[in-house]
Amino acid sequence: MIKSQIWNRKHLLGMADLSREEIISILDTAASFREVNRRDIKKVPTLRGKTVINLFYENSTRTRTSFELAGKRMSADVINMSVASSSVKKGETLIDTLANLEAMNPDVVVVRHSESGAQEFLAKNLDAAIINAGDGSHEHPTQALLDLLTIDNHLSQMGWESFEGLTVAICGDVLHSRVARSNAIGLATMGANVRFVGPPTLMPSMVEEAYGVRVFHRMEEGIKDADVVMMLRLQQERMTGAFLPSVREYYEFWGLNHKRLALAAPKAIVMHPGPINRGVEITSKVADDLKHSVILEQVANGLAIRMAVLYRLCGVETARI
Amino acid sequence: MNEPKFTLIKGGRVIDPANGIDESADLLIADGVIRAVGRPDLPADCKVIDADGLIVAPGLVDMHVHLREPGYEYKETIAGGTRAAAAGGVTSVAAMPNTKPVTDDPSVVGYVLDKARIGGIVNVFPIGAVTKGLNGKELTEMGLLIKAGCVAFSDDGKAIADSSVMRRALDYARAFGALIIQHAEDPTLSKGCMNEGVTATRMGIPGIPAESESILVDRDIRLVELTGGRYHVAHLSTAGALKSVERARERNLPVSCEVAPHHFALTEEAVIGYNTDAKMAPPLRSEVDRNALLEGLSRGVVEAIATDHAPHDEDSKRVEFCCAANGVVGLETMLPVSLELVRDGVMSLSDCLGVMTYRPSRLLGINRGTLSVGSPADIVLFDEKERWTVDANDLHGSTKNCAFHDRRVHGRVKRTIVAGKTVYKDGQ
Repeated sequence: MIKSQIWNRKHLLGMADLSREEIISILDTAASFREVNRRDIKKVPTLRGKTVINLFYENSTRTRTSFELAGKRMSADVINMSVASSSVKKGETLIDTLANLEAMNPDVVVVRHSESGAQEFLAKNLDAAIINAGDGSHEHPTQALLDLLTIDNHLSQMGWESFEGLTVAICGDVLHSRVARSNAIGLATMGANVRFVGPPTLMPSMVEEAYGVRVFHRMEEGIKDADVVMMLRLQQERMTGAFLPSVREYYEFWGLNHKRLALAAPKAIVMHPGPINRGVEITSKVADDLKHSVILEQVANGLAIRMAVLYRLCGVETARI
Repeated sequence: MNEPKFTLIKGGRVIDPANGIDESADLLIADGVIRAVGRPDLPADCKVIDADGLIVAPGLVDMHVHLREPGYEYKETIAGGTRAAAAGGVTSVAAMPNTKPVTDDPSVVGYVLDKARIGGIVNVFPIGAVTKGLNGKELTEMGLLIKAGCVAFSDDGKAIADSSVMRRALDYARAFGALIIQHAEDPTLSKGCMNEGVTATRMGIPGIPAESESILVDRDIRLVELTGGRYHVAHLSTAGALKSVERARERNLPVSCEVAPHHFALTEEAVIGYNTDAKMAPPLRSEVDRNALLEGLSRGVVEAIATDHAPHDEDSKRVEFCCAANGVVGLETMLPVSLELVRDGVMSLSDCLGVMTYRPSRLLGINRGTLSVGSPADIVLFDEKERWTVDANDLHGSTKNCAFHDRRVHGRVKRTIVAGKTVYKDGQ
């Protein structure tokens, strides 16, 4: 049974909306669902008769699959719609597409979109319950929640009782990263210290004031004594537009290898939202080093978090998992 | 029955900044011209307009307006745009040339003036393009455009980015004493969707640094030094650019600037919630910039308040933030929002009206913005104290993209008179 019922939002748009109690409540719910995912029969009737639509305007394998499976494991009807942005530009507007879907009475629409604020715009103009599965460079709340769950599982191993006092270094292309932003907000809400580490050209303007983080441009300084080293994916397209001179230079100065990782706390965990670029932001050796790397655990937790979020937003009154 | 020959506007507080007048007086009008200010005798054939408790001022002059016609009539027309102007107490508008076709040819100027004569209810002064088709490369026929009725030149909506083109434009315009109005945004630095800073970072919106404006203004001022051409910065929005303009003026260079009410009354925080009605170019800036604009107004550095009135159809605004069109309407909120400067002690009422009347008129070289005897009788009557709440749905223009929706304001236009004729009265 679900312990806490603090969470009764209509939408999940961003970590900025969530209180510490709400986050804890979701993490608790997810922990219960994680147990379901380990069963022999991995299906519960919790959301039978509910409809979830995945509307993805950006390519995604991991997140879409995760939401799809989350819905299916709870017996919801799940429909996937992938919309290439080029065809959107020719025809239907975002709001019209969603209005059409809404006419079919889904319980939740999971939306990923390349424009920051797209989901907030939809939530203001339409009735459907919306889960933000990533909007532009703004937020990706379920990623932050699954990262919090993963860190939470390792707190005692790292020698901490709670997030208070924990140091998390988020490294790489912060400028374009919704993962970095959502994590910075969620971690700060939970009481952790957050650092952003990366080249100045990939750091947003006035980011210290915006998120209360410390900024480091040198990897060695940024990950020193950190409990969590969270690497961000470097998009290949950032190689144009004078953000960076080359992949090899980026790897040389901001890539995570064992030598650098040794500067972090001895029991530090290494995270990555995926998909990883081996040899660009992280060496294969670090990515595959199960003493530190929790990258695949993040994926497993992602499923549990999305089940928890869908469960909450589908407005099921009482539930047996 | 024929209209009486004379009209007397009686008992108001007459403020005419151009002539330093601020007194209780009557205004006598005949044949569309101001005949007397003071206590003239009442002629026999005279209509009386009671202005008791009202301020009687020159009709406002907005030197930066987009009327959208020809080409974008689905956004706004000359008739609709001038209706909005009249409702805002604005009796003269300078119309920007980024229409379709662009106002880069005397025939388009003629079209605009004809449309204004037939359907317009306030004075329309066309601004010609600096370059053909706003292509940023070839100069337009400035001489012929002036003959056709243009009062200044601008590629507004786009910056004149090429330094050599800007140099030639400023240089060539000297032959006619023409004013070059620059939309000062370095195109390579202004690819974002809002002001760069904490708010943009939090919203995940690509930012536009203040330097995108100041860099171009600094360059242009160097070119003014080189050429001696008359240069005006449209919708100046940053502390840095204001400082540059101020220094240039101290050195007696022919440099001026205007600011828009949205830039001195709002900041980037108005964008929070992905509010596309707060999206324009240049973007709403920081509180530091806003305060610098207030100081600039207070010290007299700013030559004009101009709205950059930019109507957009709802479909252009009801989209994802970065996909939304740039621009807000401003004609109907220009006066009350500017009167906040008076209430807040930034400017005297007379100075505030000055930057909306004779000072922009002087820049454009048009015979408007004063109540001098013999001037066209373009007049606004307003109640300085009346409180009201801006409602975008009640605007008189064709569109609702207003950044001041729901703002509590003071000061309401009661009557607008153009060439002696009432074109707007109490909400109608």
